[in-house]
Amino acid sequence: MFRRFRHFFASLVEGFSMANRALLANKTRTILTTLGIIIGVVTVTMMMMIIQGLNNSFQQQISFLGSNTVYIERWPWVWDDEWWKYINRPKLTMDDFEKVKSRCKLAEAVAPQLYTRRTIAYRDEAMSGVAIMGTTFDYSLVGSTFPEFGRFITDADNRSSRKTCVIGTDVVEEVFRSRNPLGQDIRIGGHSYRVVGILEEQGSMFGQSRDNIIIIPIQTFINSFGRYRSVDIAVRGYEDTDMDELIDELTGIMRSARGLKPLDENNFAINRQEALEDFYKTMTAGVYGAGLIIGGISLLVGGIGIMNIMLVSVTERTWEVGMRKAVGARTSHILWQFLIEAMMICMLGGAIGIGFAFLGGMALQNSLPAVLPVWLAIAAVGFSALVGLVFGIFPAAKAAKMDPIAALRQQ
Amino acid sequence: MSAIIELEKISKTYEIGQIKVPALKSVDLTIEEGEYIAIMGPSGSGKSTLMNIIGCLDTPTDGIYSLTSERVDKMTDNELADIRNRRIGFVFQTFNLLPRADAFHNVELPLIYAGFPKAKRRELVAEALDRVGLADRMTHKPNELSGGQRQRVAVARALVNKPSLLLADEPTGNLDSRTSYEIMDLFGQLHRQGNTIVLVTHEEDISKYAHRVVRLLDGEINSDIRQTPSYKGDGVRQAAMDSKYDSASA
Repeated sequence: MFRRFRHFFASLVEGFSMANRALLANKTRTILTTLGIIIGVVTVTMMMMIIQGLNNSFQQQISFLGSNTVYIERWPWVWDDEWWKYINRPKLTMDDFEKVKSRCKLAEAVAPQLYTRRTIAYRDEAMSGVAIMGTTFDYSLVGSTFPEFGRFITDADNRSSRKTCVIGTDVVEEVFRSRNPLGQDIRIGGHSYRVVGILEEQGSMFGQSRDNIIIIPIQTFINSFGRYRSVDIAVRGYEDTDMDELIDELTGIMRSARGLKPLDENNFAINRQEALEDFYKTMTAGVYGAGLIIGGISLLVGGIGIMNIMLVSVTERTWEVGMRKAVGARTSHILWQFLIEAMMICMLGGAIGIGFAFLGGMALQNSLPAVLPVWLAIAAVGFSALVGLVFGIFPAAKAAKMDPIAALRQQ
Repeated sequence: MSAIIELEKISKTYEIGQIKVPALKSVDLTIEEGEYIAIMGPSGSGKSTLMNIIGCLDTPTDGIYSLTSERVDKMTDNELADIRNRRIGFVFQTFNLLPRADAFHNVELPLIYAGFPKAKRRELVAEALDRVGLADRMTHKPNELSGGQRQRVAVARALVNKPSLLLADEPTGNLDSRTSYEIMDLFGQLHRQGNTIVLVTHEEDISKYAHRVVRLLDGEINSDIRQTPSYKGDGVRQAAMDSKYDSASA
């Protein structure tokens, strides 16, 4: 039993050293042989890297939505062709919000949101296209949007419809420059608002800055800008709240609030971060699949090349097989030795391919996010070895089955 | 003195399509331990077939072959491979050395297949190369060695696993006359050290080094004659070399 292991181990070691010698002896042939594998590996790896990078970037950019937060809005974030259904939906009102806030038991925080865009001014500086959002204190809990300086909008602000505001860092940079904004007054839509807080920098989502914003109390918003817009209701569950349960509860509250009969469809949408992720994954699944197929074909072609070269190599080294058998190599020894040679060529190609993919990823850093996870590198090399095994078996078997006498006759 | 090789009614028939070609027809041959035999014969005599059977590269169609008292004629491929590894040492006309490996690795090959650990291999290889006088050429590749040196590396490889039998197929065929005598001297030395040597050749000069000549004709043994070895070339020089080897042998 142990003897068999020793034989196998002997084959492996001799296989490695044989492969090493063969590869080094004819470097040109080695490189040309591995080219197919290299191209296949580079293709698949880079596609995977880019997709992985895009996934990460996407995840990171929508992470602010919160994994345990849902948004009750008129429109769903992802829809199919039946958009006309959504146009006729009634707007969400502050009444809907009040009902959700008072009745929802699974929610840690519920915040209403109303939006518009305005030009704002401070002294002689002006800035156009600033997002103005009216909301309540709960919003800071829902979006984990905490002020870096000063404070957020409070319930007291809302009760008194105060003209206070919390500004984003883009506004600070553009209008206040180096001046301290806290306590200053800015003009929004003809009225004067006191700055009470400055938000942390939020970053951007899909290229749009999220720091170009001013938050005011929602009651003030309604007074200043009217109550005809649809309210978005953001609901954040507790840490351990089951999202599906929360959605069920909210659906119930909303349907009752709007007097929907059991057979009526929802005339509102409850949106989750997960929906966006799923949509994104569906979109990229096709690209993923295409990448795998292209890479697979490349590897197939590379494998056929390996098989051809190995057959040539075996034929050239017929005398060597004869000699090895004459000094005591078993059929299994010869088989493994040539098989390992094929696998090593392929793994070399795989490793080189990973190297090029890595360099390619670095070159793309600026235009496309590309990440080379360790599992992908290992998988690529492992798969290359598999290609070597599959396409090397025929030539290796041919060598192993050779009659030593006939083989020794070769010059 | 025990018999190393016992061939009893050995026959070998090749089938080429529908035609049967009898290469050997009932050969009886016994070779004792420590003998030095030359097998000769014209082409078609069955000389190569007999050598392949003795060397366990081929199995007889009929008959019994006992090698060191083991029945070899009905062994499996793996068993034959092991016999070739441990019991038989081959020396070929064309040396058959790995061109890209050094002398050490070439001689090491049978030990790798035998499953010896690295340290033991190192020891045995050094010993074998020393026996053929090439201890200082261990790291040389074949293209860095002369023809005679290459054949000596091949002999070291044949000896490394301490086989019962050395089987040489036209070992001087690719060497010039001077180097041929060097190699035959080496064989002579190995014989004096106790090895059993079977030499297959078509050259009369070379056969004169052996103590017994078996001639084949048409697949059968034609003659089997013991002789006193005599060497071609300068007898005095040969005698001097003889005495050098005699004092060196164990």
